[in-house]
Amino acid sequence: MEFFRIRRDIPFMRHALVLNAISAVTFLAAVFFIATRGLHLSIEFTGGTVIEVAYPQAAALEKVRASVEALKFGEVQVQNFGTSRDVLIRLPIRGDVKQAEVVGRVFDALCKAEGASTSSQQITTEKGESVSRVVCGELGKEPVHLQRSEFVGPSVGSELARDGVYALLATVAGIMLYLAFRFEWKFSVAGIVANLHDVVIIVGFFAFFQWEFSLAVLAAVLAVLGYSVNESVVIFDRVREAFRKFRKMNSREVIDHAITSTISRTIITHGSTLMMVVSMYLFGGATLHYFALALMIGILFGIYSSVFVAAAIAMWLGVKREDLVRQGPKETDPDDPNAGAVV
Amino acid sequence: MNRYPLWKYAILVIALLVGLIYTLPNFFGEAPAVQVSSAKATLKIDAALVGRVEQALAAGGVKADFVQFDGNSVRARFADTDTQIKGKDAIVKALVPDANDPSYIVALNLASRSPRWLTALHALPMYLGLDLRGGVHFLMQVDMKSALTKKAEALTGDIRTLLRDKNLRHAGITRDGNNVDIRFRDRETLAAARNLLADQLPDLQWSDAPDGSDFKLSGVLRPEAARRVQETAVKQNITTLHNRVNELGVAEPVIQQQGLDRVVVQLPGVQDTAKAKDIIGRTATLEVRMVEESAEAAAAAVGSGPVPFGTERYVERGGAPLILKRQVILTGENLIDAQAGFDSQTHEPTVNLTLDAKGSRIFRDVTRESVGKRMAILLFEKGKGEVVTAPVIRSEIGGGRVQISGRMTTVEANDTALLLRSGSLAAPMEIIEERTIGPTLGAENIAKGFNSVVYGFAAIALFMCAYYLLFGVFSTLALAFNLLLLVAVLSMLQATLTLPGIAAIALALGMAIDANVLINERVREELRGGATPQAAIHAGYERAFATILDSNVTTLIAGVALLAFGSGPIRGFAIVHCLGILTSMFSAVVFSRGLVNLWYGRQKKLKSVSIGQVWKPEPDAAAKA
Repeated sequence: MEFFRIRRDIPFMRHALVLNAISAVTFLAAVFFIATRGLHLSIEFTGGTVIEVAYPQAAALEKVRASVEALKFGEVQVQNFGTSRDVLIRLPIRGDVKQAEVVGRVFDALCKAEGASTSSQQITTEKGESVSRVVCGELGKEPVHLQRSEFVGPSVGSELARDGVYALLATVAGIMLYLAFRFEWKFSVAGIVANLHDVVIIVGFFAFFQWEFSLAVLAAVLAVLGYSVNESVVIFDRVREAFRKFRKMNSREVIDHAITSTISRTIITHGSTLMMVVSMYLFGGATLHYFALALMIGILFGIYSSVFVAAAIAMWLGVKREDLVRQGPKETDPDDPNAGAVV
Repeated sequence: MNRYPLWKYAILVIALLVGLIYTLPNFFGEAPAVQVSSAKATLKIDAALVGRVEQALAAGGVKADFVQFDGNSVRARFADTDTQIKGKDAIVKALVPDANDPSYIVALNLASRSPRWLTALHALPMYLGLDLRGGVHFLMQVDMKSALTKKAEALTGDIRTLLRDKNLRHAGITRDGNNVDIRFRDRETLAAARNLLADQLPDLQWSDAPDGSDFKLSGVLRPEAARRVQETAVKQNITTLHNRVNELGVAEPVIQQQGLDRVVVQLPGVQDTAKAKDIIGRTATLEVRMVEESAEAAAAAVGSGPVPFGTERYVERGGAPLILKRQVILTGENLIDAQAGFDSQTHEPTVNLTLDAKGSRIFRDVTRESVGKRMAILLFEKGKGEVVTAPVIRSEIGGGRVQISGRMTTVEANDTALLLRSGSLAAPMEIIEERTIGPTLGAENIAKGFNSVVYGFAAIALFMCAYYLLFGVFSTLALAFNLLLLVAVLSMLQATLTLPGIAAIALALGMAIDANVLINERVREELRGGATPQAAIHAGYERAFATILDSNVTTLIAGVALLAFGSGPIRGFAIVHCLGILTSMFSAVVFSRGLVNLWYGRQKKLKSVSIGQVWKPEPDAAAKA
């Protein structure tokens, strides 16, 4: 099997203007949605309480909402989570409410709404572990079950947001330094612009659809940033090699040649990674849902941006043969294993 | 040219063996066990207890797989839950004769089922994070401001004692935040006091200034002393938490410092947050003060008069109000231990306190001066004080051993002792993050994470084998080897596996295949260019390496940034992500090359390699290579 049977270099850069215009429009749209709609940040960043409860039958959301609202903890969000039996309740931070008691009181209220009361019980699991748990009603016939709860204080949230920004900055700085050291500043700028444009577009998706932006999504975004930069690295490597090999080609032809000769590898590796991410999306459940989604968008746009955007920006910045091929005789030795990557 | 020297194969075989051995414990699952831990802070569990537990089991006719000592508890593992219950009963019968005053906590929990020879090699299964196992997680903030204030308060007391001992008369000592101001009538006393205090209390930095007709000496806590106070406060709180958590009988509690002023507590198997919080969240500090017994105070206590100057009104446990002097005699810091016991003569239940040297001295002085008066032990929780007990001082008490007795049941004595013990928190703590995960959700998360990895791996394996044929098989084996190494390294490091960690494993595999695609594409390209099969394999591996290194470095940069700035779930992800990149370099390059060399390397006149169709641009030259 061989998917890519390319006879001559595809003139990608002839369409550079169109491709860049598409990028610019998507990018601006993403920025627009981030600015106007904002992000639906998870409680990890904003602080607040999340409670997940499970009912044995499809849950009556209105009833749940009414019983929680009666507690007057502020604006309540109630929604299904994964299945119709699971319910997720979100509560904001309120200065006048003792946060540590919120979960217990909400569960009490939900249990009362089902006509039972909560009690703390010591249970021995089938495997033989003794576990203490809050049980609603009779054990084994519980009308509502507390699956998970999470409370994050306001100070923790703002710190996580700050650390997230630091992590992003450190990644960008690290990658730029590496590219500048490995190649040249024009590539460094091109590579980071192309990949930050991915980041903005992923975040733009989250803003547009109001998907929940959690810590896991942030990790996915940073992982994608590191992952798709290497795509640009591979192409830049080829660009450098082609500048050395084909002295008659101009910059545009060299870039076309570099992209053409790496396109098959690019699509196969991204395809493989995508298979894994799709598997996570399908089987990973609600917790990994947005994490996998962010990775999927990131990988798809990563192919596009590192192939078309990064190279085009390097071209607009006026990358020349002299920028790369002047490092002396040792560097031009094709058998030197340190001379740069080739595919 | 495609032959590895023997030592390289030897390294690969060793890596494979080590990988297998350390991955193995994760497959055995868990067996029912009984854990015996200490119920009293003063009782240290040691290896000698193993013998007692074994005897108890033998006496009860119960057979355990093994009984072993692991740091601060003794665990016995059983074949099934029935034997486990019998075993627990036998141990309880032997070790806990009085259920009201237990010396040991005997709890049911789980132990790894992996055989002993693996454990002996320190091959242990990975810890499962709370999101996979169920349990409670708390992040607690230590109130450093109050730790510092307390230190300043204690220093103020020390100053008072020092000046009185040396007969240096002052015109008043006041504490303003963390600063202490002392007023003097004349300059000579100030100079003498300054010399004395600078010598005796090196934690304070002194400066003097005239203040009206008086002279003022101001002391500021030195930054290094403040830092020391904060460090010890966190450490002491962690120790206290350890003791309290023991009372829950949890199998593998995690209590760790995070950052400068935070403590993480994770209690697997506990779902009842209220109970856990009751015990660990008891953010209490202890103070000993004198009861004001004047007529005005008595009037204020019943509510018919104002509270006299220099006193405060508190409520005793049980409801009766008490008027206490503001001055603090002792704090929880001076209390080493509090235990319930019995008076040797009257056989009444008592609470026995042990004070440190400084506390003993102060206590002796105070009791000598106040025989017949009442003192009160106050417990502060979240800024609110409650009188735990207010006994009458019968005689001067020296030596730091204090016995409180009278009108108490055994249970009350135990409660009081527990409350006083919990008072030895150096600074109050507040829960700033709390997470509970139910056990069913944990099991679901394991299954989901496992399925994601398995199906994703299968999809990649199928594709690689179909597209690159035998080279695809080698790549798939290398990927499997990568997974094995990654799990082995995580088990060796005893890392905690979480759902984001499993996601990172999946992602690491998805990204690791990149290296093999690079190599295989490069080999095809060499073949297309007309190289002989052996030369193509050689060149493919050699030339792809630089690119593999490059692509992994950029990914690693992002991973390290996440590791440096991430916390909680992100850290788990980042650790696995970084390790995955490192193991993939080894497996994709060295291991897959080893397989290829083993298969093709010996054939001197190799005509073709099975790497799928290699298409050549010239139509007539297209052929299966």
